[in-house]
Amino acid sequence: MAELKPAERMKIKRHPMPNQNEQVRRGNFTEVALGYAPETAQEEAERCLQCKDPKCVGGCPVGVLIPQFIKAIREGDMVQAVEWMKVKNNLPAICGRVCPQESQCEGSCILGEKGEPVAIGRLERYVGDYELAHRTCPLVKAPKTGTRIAVVGSGPAGLTCAVDLGREGHDVTIFESLHSPGGVLIYGIPEFRLPKSVVHHEVTYAVECLGIQIKTDHIIGRTYTLDELLVDFDVVFLGTGAGLPSFLRIPGINLNGVMSANEFLTRVNLMKAYQFPDYDTPVKVGRKVAVIGGGNVAMDAVRCSLRLQELAARKNGDERGEVHIVYRRSKDEVPARQEEFAHAGEEGVIFDFLTNPVEILGDEHRQVRALRCVRMELGEPDDSGRRRPVERRGSDFDMEIDTVIMALGTNPNPIVFVDADGLDRTTYGTAVADLETGRTKKRRVWAGGDVVTGAATVISAMGAGKRAAADMHAFLKGESAWD
Amino acid sequence: MYTIAYKEALTDVTKLMVVRAPHVARSARAGQFVIVRIDEFGERIPLTIADYDRAAGTITIIFQELGKTTKQLGKLIPGDTLSSFAGPLGHPTEIDNYGVVVCIGGGVGIAPIYPITRALKEAGNRVISIIGARTKDLLFWEEKMMTVSDRFIVCTDDGSHGRAGLVTEPLKELLEDKDNSIAKVWAIGPAGMMKFVTLTTKPYAVPTIVSLNTIMIDGTGMCGGCRVLLEEGARFVCVDGPEFDGHKVDWDSLLSRLSFYRDEEREATEYYEHKCRMDGAKTMTRK
Ligand SMILES: Cc1cc2nc3c(=O)[nH]c(=O)nc-3n(C[C@H](O)[C@H](O)[C@H](O)COP(=O)(O)OP(=O)(O)OC[C@H]3O[C@@H](n4cnc5c(N)ncnc54)[C@H](O)[C@@H]3O)c2cc1C
Ligand code: SF4
Ligand code: FES
Repeated sequence: MAELKPAERMKIKRHPMPNQNEQVRRGNFTEVALGYAPETAQEEAERCLQCKDPKCVGGCPVGVLIPQFIKAIREGDMVQAVEWMKVKNNLPAICGRVCPQESQCEGSCILGEKGEPVAIGRLERYVGDYELAHRTCPLVKAPKTGTRIAVVGSGPAGLTCAVDLGREGHDVTIFESLHSPGGVLIYGIPEFRLPKSVVHHEVTYAVECLGIQIKTDHIIGRTYTLDELLVDFDVVFLGTGAGLPSFLRIPGINLNGVMSANEFLTRVNLMKAYQFPDYDTPVKVGRKVAVIGGGNVAMDAVRCSLRLQELAARKNGDERGEVHIVYRRSKDEVPARQEEFAHAGEEGVIFDFLTNPVEILGDEHRQVRALRCVRMELGEPDDSGRRRPVERRGSDFDMEIDTVIMALGTNPNPIVFVDADGLDRTTYGTAVADLETGRTKKRRVWAGGDVVTGAATVISAMGAGKRAAADMHAFLKGESAWD
Repeated sequence: MYTIAYKEALTDVTKLMVVRAPHVARSARAGQFVIVRIDEFGERIPLTIADYDRAAGTITIIFQELGKTTKQLGKLIPGDTLSSFAGPLGHPTEIDNYGVVVCIGGGVGIAPIYPITRALKEAGNRVISIIGARTKDLLFWEEKMMTVSDRFIVCTDDGSHGRAGLVTEPLKELLEDKDNSIAKVWAIGPAGMMKFVTLTTKPYAVPTIVSLNTIMIDGTGMCGGCRVLLEEGARFVCVDGPEFDGHKVDWDSLLSRLSFYRDEEREATEYYEHKCRMDGAKTMTRK
C-alpha cells in the first residue's frame, strides 16, 4: 500500500474482531474472539498515526513500544514486530487477550478523542499469536552465573520474573502450590477467553529455553517456609497473588448452592468440570444463577454458568435456565473489561444493576431458594471517584435463585507469610514492597503482582515481575546494595 | 509424579499406601493432610497424613473406597504413580500433657487418630481410646491402638466385635465416672459420629477436638469450598483447620454441605465402574 496521509488513515474504520456466533458459543468453551486475519491486521495497522509523542505508550503500564510494533505489522515485517513487542512484554498473546485496553493504551490513543482508537490490543494479540506459531524471537540464556533464585507462584508476576532472570543466566526454580503453573491464567480465566494451550505453550517454552525448574505441589509456608528457602537460594521473589476469596457478610452464605467465584472457576477451568464425568471434578450450576459483582471475575463466572446450563440443557433436553449479574452500582461503573461485558450481554446474561443482596434464603434442605435484595440509587462520589450507591428504603424484594456465586474481590493468600519473620504486611494483608524495585522489608526477598497491590491486572503483575527481576539482577551483580 | 512404595489392605475396603513424596515428608506432622490427584483427569481430594518417614521420604495415607477416586486409588499397586501430592497442609495437632484424654476413631478415622493417640501417650497423658465401626470387617489397627493406650475400648454398631453400640456410649460412661476427670477428647471419623461425640461431651464441658473432612479443591485457602460455620463465623478448614473445637461447629450445616455433590459422586462412580467393566471385557476378549 502506498504511504497514506493522516487524514486518509483517520478515514479507515476500526476493524471489528471476528467472533464465534453467540448462539453457537454459548454451548461451548472454545475461544470467542478468533483473531485478526493478516490482511485485517495490516489494514488496522494503517490507522496508526505514528505520533511523535505517542499517548498510547503512556497508557500502557509497561510502556510497550506501540508505534514501533504497529509500523512493523504495517510493513509486513512480523519478525521485527515481535522483536519490538518483546522489548517490554514477554507475553503478548496473553496480554492482547486479557488487558483492559480501553482504560490503558487504547484509552489514551489520540484517535480516540474524535473517533475510535487503534485496536492496539487486537494487534498485540496478532503479534503474540504469530510468535507462538513461529518462535522468531527465541529466549536465550546468558552464560550461567551460578546464582540460585526461588520464585514463589507461577502467575504472570512470577513467570515474568523467572524468565527475565533465567535469561541473565541465573538458575531459577519456581514453586507453585497447584498442580499446574499459570496462576489465575490457568485456574481463573476461562478457556473461551484465554485458551489454556496459550499459557502452557509460554510456560513450556520458557522452561525449555532457560532451564527453569517448576516444582508444583509445593506450598511455601507449609512444604518449605520462606526462611527455609532463603537458606537454599540467594534471593527469592514472591508472586503469590491474591487468591483468598471474600464472602458477603450476609445471612445464608453457608447454604448449599452458595460458592465463591474462585471455587466455581477453579472447578471449571483448572479441574475441567465442564467435561465431567470424563474429568472427575463436578460443578453444580442451577437453573437460576445469580453472580454477585461486576468485575472480570463476575463476568467470567456468569458466562461459565450460562455455558454449563446450555450444555446441561442440550444433554437432558430441557429448557435452559437464566443467569444474572447482580451489581450494586450502575452500568457505567462496571469494572470488567468492556469486551467481556459486551460479550456477556450478547450471550444472554441478565443484568440487575443498582441491586444489592442483603440475605440468601434457603429451603428446608438448606438449599438456596431466593436472594433477597434492595434497590440502590447513586449518591455522591466516593474515594474511588465512582458515585456511591445508597439503599432505597423499603425497596427489598426476593429474586427466585438456586445458585449464588460471589465475585466480590480477593485478598492475598496468607500461607506464604507463615514463618516469614520480617516480611511486613499492610492491614489489607498485602506484602509491603517498594513499587519500583519490588524489595520487601525482608532482606533478599522481593515481591510483586497481586500479593503487593491486591487484585489488579495481568499486565501490572507482569510489570512488577519485570521491575523486580531487573533489581534482583542488579543486586546479585553487586551493583545495588540492599541497604 | 509420586511413586507408591507399598500397599496393604487393612480391611476389604480400607487401604493403606506408602507414597514417596520427600517434599511432604520433610515437614509433615500429625494432624496435617495432603491433597492427592491420581492423574490428569483426577479430582483433588484431601487425605490425612497417617504417618511419615522423613529419612525414607515417604507419607502413609489410608482411605476407604467409597467414591470413584478412592476406588480407583485402591486399584493402584506399588510402582504406580500419582500425578499430584501436595502438602503438608493445615495445622498440626497441638500435643501437650493434659492429664486424662480420650481418643476416639470411627471407621477410617482410626487411621488419623492413631498418630495423635501415640503422640499424646508419649507426651505423658493417660490415654483412653475408643475405636468403632459399623461392623467387625471395617475395623483395623486394634493392636496398634492398644499398645499406645492405657485403656482401650472397641465397639461395633452391629455387635460383631467388642461392645455392641456406638462409641458415644462408653464415652458417656467415662464422662460420668468421677474418678476420670477427662481433660480433653479427640474424635475423628464420619461427620455424624463427630457430631454425636461433641453433643455427648458438651454437657460436661470437656473440650473436644474434631478433624473435619470437608469437600476441598485447592486445599490452600483459595476457593472457600471447604468452609465451615463456627459460632464465630465461617472458617476455611484447609487453612484454619482441619482441627476445630467441636462444640463450636454447626454440624447440620456441615452435614448438608457434605452431601451437596452426592448425585454427581454417584454418577462419577457409576461411570467409572462402567468403564472398568468395559476395559475388563476388552482384556478378557483379548485373552
Ligand atoms: C477470574 C479472573 C479473571 C480475571 N480477568 C482479568 C482480565 O481479563 N484482565 C486482567 O488484566 N486481569 C484479570 N484478572 C486479574 C489477574 O488475573 C491478576 O491480577 C493476575 O493474575 C495477578 O498475577 P500474579 O502473578 O500476581 O498472581 P496469580 O495469577 O494469582 O498467581 C499466583 C500464583 O501463586 C500461587 N501461590 C499462592 N500462594 C502460594 C504459596 N504459598 N506457595 C506456592 N505458590 C503459591 C498460586 O497458586 C498462583 O498460581 C482476573 C482475575 C480473575 C480471578
Ligand atoms: S496514540 Fe494511537 S495513533 Fe498515536 S501512536 Fe499510539 S496507537 Fe498510533
Ligand atoms: S479447599 Fe479451597 S479454600 Fe479450602
